[in-house]
Amino acid sequence: MPSPDSGTSAVVRPAAISAQGWGWRHAGRTTQAIHALDLDIRPGERVLLLGPSGAGKSTLLHALAGVLGEEGDDADETGSLLVDGVSPKAQRGRAGLMQQDPETQVVLSRLGDDVAFGAENLCVPREEIWKRVHEALDDVGLRRSAGGSASGNFALDHPTSALSGGQKQRLALAGILAMRPGLILLDEPTANLDPAGVLEVRDAVGRCLDKTGATLVVVEHRVSVWKDLVDRIVVLQPGSSSSTGVSTPAVLLDGDPDTVLAQARDMLTAAGVWVPGYVPATRPRSGTGAGTAAGSGAGSSSAGSGGELLLATQELAVSRERSRRRGFKTIPPLPVQAGLNAEVFAGRALTITGSNGAGKSTFALTLAGLLAPVSGALTAAVGLSDGAGTDPFKWKAQQLISRIGTVFQEPEHQFVTGRVLDELMFGPKHLGHGEERVDELLERLRLRHLVEANPYTLSGGEKRRLSVATVLAAHPRVLVLDEPTFGQDANTWAELASFLSELLDAGTSVVSVTHDQEFSSVLGGAEMRLEPAFQGGARQEAGAA
Amino acid sequence: MRDALTLRGNNALLTRANPLAKFVSVFLITLVLALSIDLVSASTALLGELALFPLAGLTVRLLWQRGWPLIIAAALGGWSTAILSADSGRILLDVGIWSISEGSLQLGLGFMLRGLAIALPAILLMSCTDPTDLADALAQKAKLPHRFVLGTLAALRLVGLMAEEWQTIGMARRARGVGSHGSPPQRFKAMLGQSFGLLVQAIRRASRLAVTMEARGFGGGRRTWARESTYSRLDVWVLAGGLVIAAAAVLAAQWAGTWHFVWLKQPN
Repeated sequence: MPSPDSGTSAVVRPAAISAQGWGWRHAGRTTQAIHALDLDIRPGERVLLLGPSGAGKSTLLHALAGVLGEEGDDADETGSLLVDGVSPKAQRGRAGLMQQDPETQVVLSRLGDDVAFGAENLCVPREEIWKRVHEALDDVGLRRSAGGSASGNFALDHPTSALSGGQKQRLALAGILAMRPGLILLDEPTANLDPAGVLEVRDAVGRCLDKTGATLVVVEHRVSVWKDLVDRIVVLQPGSSSSTGVSTPAVLLDGDPDTVLAQARDMLTAAGVWVPGYVPATRPRSGTGAGTAAGSGAGSSSAGSGGELLLATQELAVSRERSRRRGFKTIPPLPVQAGLNAEVFAGRALTITGSNGAGKSTFALTLAGLLAPVSGALTAAVGLSDGAGTDPFKWKAQQLISRIGTVFQEPEHQFVTGRVLDELMFGPKHLGHGEERVDELLERLRLRHLVEANPYTLSGGEKRRLSVATVLAAHPRVLVLDEPTFGQDANTWAELASFLSELLDAGTSVVSVTHDQEFSSVLGGAEMRLEPAFQGGARQEAGAA
Repeated sequence: MRDALTLRGNNALLTRANPLAKFVSVFLITLVLALSIDLVSASTALLGELALFPLAGLTVRLLWQRGWPLIIAAALGGWSTAILSADSGRILLDVGIWSISEGSLQLGLGFMLRGLAIALPAILLMSCTDPTDLADALAQKAKLPHRFVLGTLAALRLVGLMAEEWQTIGMARRARGVGSHGSPPQRFKAMLGQSFGLLVQAIRRASRLAVTMEARGFGGGRRTWARESTYSRLDVWVLAGGLVIAAAAVLAAQWAGTWHFVWLKQPN
């Protein structure tokens, strides 16, 4: 069943975008997500969209991809938004969209099938599909037609679940390329990736654009990653038309990257955009714990002066998996890291770094008393345990939260109520004390105007601030954070870093898993670097046998 | 759990057969076994199935690893039937209220073998069939609506993810002071909350996945298929094999005089 455009498949026709007074209100909202947008993008242009959260960047990308839903189900569209002069919904496959969460960018379980999925839906003939699949995988560097490479050379039936985050995003890009779209839309494609993954994806996108000449619209907080790849920056601002009646245009600034960044540097930094070469001002550490001390290998963190010892590990081996039963046998999990020795001191930071898959989070969660050690020991000192026993994993949940607080990477995982205020009161209420602290946290983390809101409806930065506040409401002596700065804008980043530096000076111990060197240098303290102890391939084989 | 469904490294003959043919064969055998409770038909079918194992790339060890809960359940079922059913014939063992007679032993054995004979084809089918290929066959050959089939397939991928998410949410909630300790009602409440958390995440993930699929043009009326689901001569053999095992089970039982429809009363 050949489709009309399958004959010209080899050539990509770059798409033009034209928005005139365009606005969109989501169903169930009173204000428009994006308002009065006037924007023209020429075919082949590469545009970086900037703006504070709430400026409607994602809404615009979804609209351009034709997946915004129908007007009428209580949603509301004004003005016009056209791709090549036609409504985006009327032309499936003209635009390809990549979103933030790598897990949901994969549709099928085998590499080749996943790339073919979009082309199948566009009724591309079979032989042509496989030609495109090979080409697309080659273009994104997942399968080299000639020889292997460091970044990956996978068989077509390679399981997609075994790919890393960066590889999943490159796979998604291949799936998009196989549709031969004239417009590529990237919605924070690297927000969930480690630095190596970020570059992997950025470079793959660059190569593919050079080859196809397609139009690009990318939304991303980190300007430095994309600046050299784009030829235009558009800054959006939130506009409101309902309450005040004052109507502001959606586009605040528009021009070539250097000009926009020079003109609007102050305004962009104020809006939380990561402008190249800018590190937001943070509160300096005043205590003696400041300054970095390096530890290396899978070894020990350097102990230092000052601060009471709260937690220590001896030859700790960690794994996320529990023992498995196979028939009558119990098989202990294979640890991702073993032989870990670390010490956590009051008023001192410990930063856990290392590449993806090194077991950093697993180690942190074990330190936090949330995972059982596979072997070795985690011991809480008397000053921390306060009569609850030396093994944090055996503590009751309520004993745990007033001693060790953990902030997860995904704030939503930790929400237990339907209201911001209840969320903050939850810990103190169950402990029976500390409710007065909630007020201070509301103020300090700028959550007061949100007390009645549902936690799930907050923006990314607000969710992050709330998740930190809820854990601190129980007043733990040790705070463990898993990638707290992932995907955060510069403002939230600075607030978080300053707040944690304050906590450290007040004697709290802060353990964080992070790729963010600026962040760890603000906190100071010791660094512990983990490298993958077991190769991924070996573990995979063990699972399949 | 996410590795359990892949076929990588399995190059056995039956992996190349059409999933639909395998599906029909398994259905035939299961249907026949569901009709009668007797030792002969069950053991005939079981022998036939065991002979097929190498063709599906299964070894006894793999079978035990994947199917041990079913195997133990079948054994326990057989044992309790043997102990508890009404005695008939010579008494073989008598310990207090438990007794095993020739008749009850036969019934118990029949029960156990039947359980195994019904469970094994399912394990056999799973171990030599990739879910993607099954979906291809269901959509292209059985003509089920492709939106439904592919939607289910994509959702299946999320099930594995959700198992990991369940563990993470459990830890995240413990870090908020919601424990799995306490009285049964408290634990139940905690579990309810965790389920809600998982539900929210499942819906988020599912709607993001739906956007991904829609953005790749999914949802239209027509599509082409990168992988053609085809029948080959092998599928004739697969069907024939299913028929032969099913028929052999019935005929052997008839010949031995043990065939007995389940809905008729037991003769003794």
